[in-house]
Amino acid sequence: MIVAIASGKGGTGKTTVALSLALAADRPVRLLDCDVEEPNCHLFLAGEQTFREDVTLPTPAVDLDACTACGTCGETCQFGGIIVLPTGAHVFPGLCHACGACVRLCPAGALREEPRRIGELTEIQAGTITLITGRLDVGQTLAPPVVRAVRARGDGEELQIVDAPPGTSCPVVAAVRGADVVVLVTEPTPFGLNDLELAVETVRRLGLPFGVIVNRAGAGDARVHEYCAKEGIPILMEIPQDRRIAEAYARGLPVVSACPELRPAFLALLDRLAEMARHAVMVRTCGRRVFYAVDEGVNL
Amino acid sequence: MKVAITAQHAAWDAPVDPRFGRARTFVLIDTESRELTEIPNTQALDAAQGAGVQAAALVCRAGAEAIVTGHCGPKAFAALMAGEVKVFTGAEGTVAEAVASLAAGRLKEADAADVAGHWA
Repeated sequence: MIVAIASGKGGTGKTTVALSLALAADRPVRLLDCDVEEPNCHLFLAGEQTFREDVTLPTPAVDLDACTACGTCGETCQFGGIIVLPTGAHVFPGLCHACGACVRLCPAGALREEPRRIGELTEIQAGTITLITGRLDVGQTLAPPVVRAVRARGDGEELQIVDAPPGTSCPVVAAVRGADVVVLVTEPTPFGLNDLELAVETVRRLGLPFGVIVNRAGAGDARVHEYCAKEGIPILMEIPQDRRIAEAYARGLPVVSACPELRPAFLALLDRLAEMARHAVMVRTCGRRVFYAVDEGVNL
Repeated sequence: MKVAITAQHAAWDAPVDPRFGRARTFVLIDTESRELTEIPNTQALDAAQGAGVQAAALVCRAGAEAIVTGHCGPKAFAALMAGEVKVFTGAEGTVAEAVASLAAGRLKEADAADVAGHWA
């Protein structure tokens, strides 16, 4: 099962939830830190590094002796990553999205692809948790390829927990796509609600089953709950506004260490998420009739 | 010499646009014949990113041997160097004044970008 932890708003508690689920799990888990612009799961886990790899993108390089300055590559590129001047084609790697079109379409065979590093993957083993961290290099802009590299590294483990970046843009979609179930973490504030609504639109469009965790419950107002009730979105858990949690987090201690009473709740949440994922598979496989039957509690 | 100048519109009395990549338009001026032609910057102006590179390719292909502008960022500068186009920054006033400044040697030929990318 792949569980993706996402949120519209930043700072709502994605990492808190992802770590808590991983630490509460009763089986080996791969924790995939896909917040590649500012990964932080590693701050809470200690372990030996077991793997490291560059993340690269194939980027065109020009053989100026073969280039006829015909202009095909420059007209093809949608991102201004390669321009053609009377002196020949020139590549701007920072603008290249590595689609490969220029290389394939060059009639003179003057372009070849070379790997260009944009980030790195590291892996540490912390008890039963394998933490895979993706890190986009400073100055690079293409987060999705690094996110996808992290996700690919999760393959092969039964339980994978994805800590997604905040927001609703391409890196988030790359992080949650293909997950079995998504947890949207929010806080009960007007900002939390606004960004939750955006996140809900995103996961609905991706067709993924999802539920909401309200973090810092009791700190704001009731509008997140009202919204979820109106939209029929299950609230999977509420994490209370508790000074112990903030203190533990500030010291780099996972929440389940500060509040051991939350550990069974997170373990139970894993079971519930597995149930949601199975239900979604059934709906996809059998169509709407089964969906209603399950909703009505009919024993199949 | 053919010089491309960043301008608010295509006229001798138009103010110089201090931006290169996202200049409102370019005027290409032949300093001998005093002929003025417009090179519209439509594509680069609307680009999400890479405006400087696109604009550099545009003026280079139009035959400019030098550009005169307010500021020039690193990617645009690299593209202009690759196209063997000279870069003069610090231009102010109207297009006519910028041409006069260039002719009088009051504009400095840039040997590097003078601003970071995305500065305006």
